[in-house]
Amino acid sequence: MKTISARPSILPLKLNNIEFKADGVRLIKDFTCTFDQGPRSVIIGPNGAGKSLLLRLCHGLIMPSNGQITWAHDPHTKQAMVFQRPVMLRRSVTANIDFALKLNHVARSDRTNIIDDVLSQTGLRRLADKPARVLSFGEQQKLALARAWALKPEVLFLDEPTASLDPSATHSVEQIINAIHAQGTRIIMTTHDLGQAKRLADEVLFIHRGRLLEKSLAKPFFEQPKNDLAEAFVNGDLLWWRLGKDNQGEDSKRRHTR
Amino acid sequence: MNDFADAFSLAGEMLINLDAGLMEIVSLSLQVSFTAVLLASFIGLPLGAAVALFRFPGRTLIIVVLNALMGLPPVVVGLMVYLVLSRAGPLGVFGLLFTPEAMIIAQILLITPIIAALTRQVVADLWQEFEEQLRSLGAGPLRALPTLLWDGRFSLITVILAGFGRASAEVGAVMIVGGNIDHVTRVMTTSIALEVSKGNLALALALGIVLLTLSTSINGAAFIIGENNKKNHVQ
Repeated sequence: MKTISARPSILPLKLNNIEFKADGVRLIKDFTCTFDQGPRSVIIGPNGAGKSLLLRLCHGLIMPSNGQITWAHDPHTKQAMVFQRPVMLRRSVTANIDFALKLNHVARSDRTNIIDDVLSQTGLRRLADKPARVLSFGEQQKLALARAWALKPEVLFLDEPTASLDPSATHSVEQIINAIHAQGTRIIMTTHDLGQAKRLADEVLFIHRGRLLEKSLAKPFFEQPKNDLAEAFVNGDLLWWRLGKDNQGEDSKRRHTR
Repeated sequence: MNDFADAFSLAGEMLINLDAGLMEIVSLSLQVSFTAVLLASFIGLPLGAAVALFRFPGRTLIIVVLNALMGLPPVVVGLMVYLVLSRAGPLGVFGLLFTPEAMIIAQILLITPIIAALTRQVVADLWQEFEEQLRSLGAGPLRALPTLLWDGRFSLITVILAGFGRASAEVGAVMIVGGNIDHVTRVMTTSIALEVSKGNLALALALGIVLLTLSTSINGAAFIIGENNKKNHVQ
């Protein structure tokens, strides 16, 4: 597998005062942050915090209601995303990857080698001719990673890629993520599995109710979070907010409880 | 009851002996229906998929019209095609009236809305499942159209069979535009209608049994092929 190199980098990815509204409700609020080359970023936060929405905004699947998302260069074909639930076409494992490569105008002569390569790297070679939808959930998630990896993206967004997997499958997926990262792909992922965040994160972004509350390197974050809600989340406390003022742009009254 | 017994006996006899008259009628019936289904599929499948995938003004109206046209009365279609193809009509110069081609045109008009409307529903369901993934891979609605038609192939076989069922069972339109001319435009349904009017119920029933056998065999074969493939790919 070739490493990512010799292409003008699409990074940094800059989010400037991003807001995303649905049905008049602000789901992402005043979100400003920069993703530069290098570390693996893990976005954590409770359910409904806006983690998946944030990845979709960055990936370009949805547009922000306000604010700007900018890349250093055209990110088209240089970024990919793996979703929480793998979605496979009703065709073979090989054909699913081939389809993605064809969409990215990869020459037919190169496709076979790339497919062989990613299937070997992800341990799916023996399943190459199987219909993709008969694979187990874990195997399908590995195939989703293989499909994204085959595109050699500079940035890979992963939306809770192990959310429904058992520990063994989670381990395999994390190994693949590390291998993809080792070959030069910038990983930006979400999870609410704190163990996984500790294993994979170089930097952590803690978001809650659509706001970025803390962004720091993983080690200091897990040792001593600066934000009290982040601290409560890391300590395994339940988080809840009183509804009301927040939709008017003010901070809601924050509470956490054990 | 004797009619039923005679009919079964006559149907069996005609099938076993490969009765020349019967074979001619069956052959023309299949030729007309298969051609109509093939051409209607070429129009209806992409049309239905396009309505499912693209957003444009008037889309809802098109969906409502397509759904309504599924119940289009065959005699009305027959009459419209008759008027268009008759000597005084805009396409009268082609001399298509009372030919198998006119029957094919009428059947295309009847079954294209069925194929398009059912395809729209199948593809809309698939788009809901695949939209994010396909957009993420760089496929917009235009590229998604052939992909989803292929991905929905097992469900679409049933859609095409529904069209074939309508075409092969239809009598009103082909009677009007074909004229039920012996050795030229006589098909099974028009033959049955003719034999009933002549009081030859045994022959009419025998033709009916042949028609049912053929229709069931074709549907059964397509269903078994589709189901086997579906199992291999898990819905």
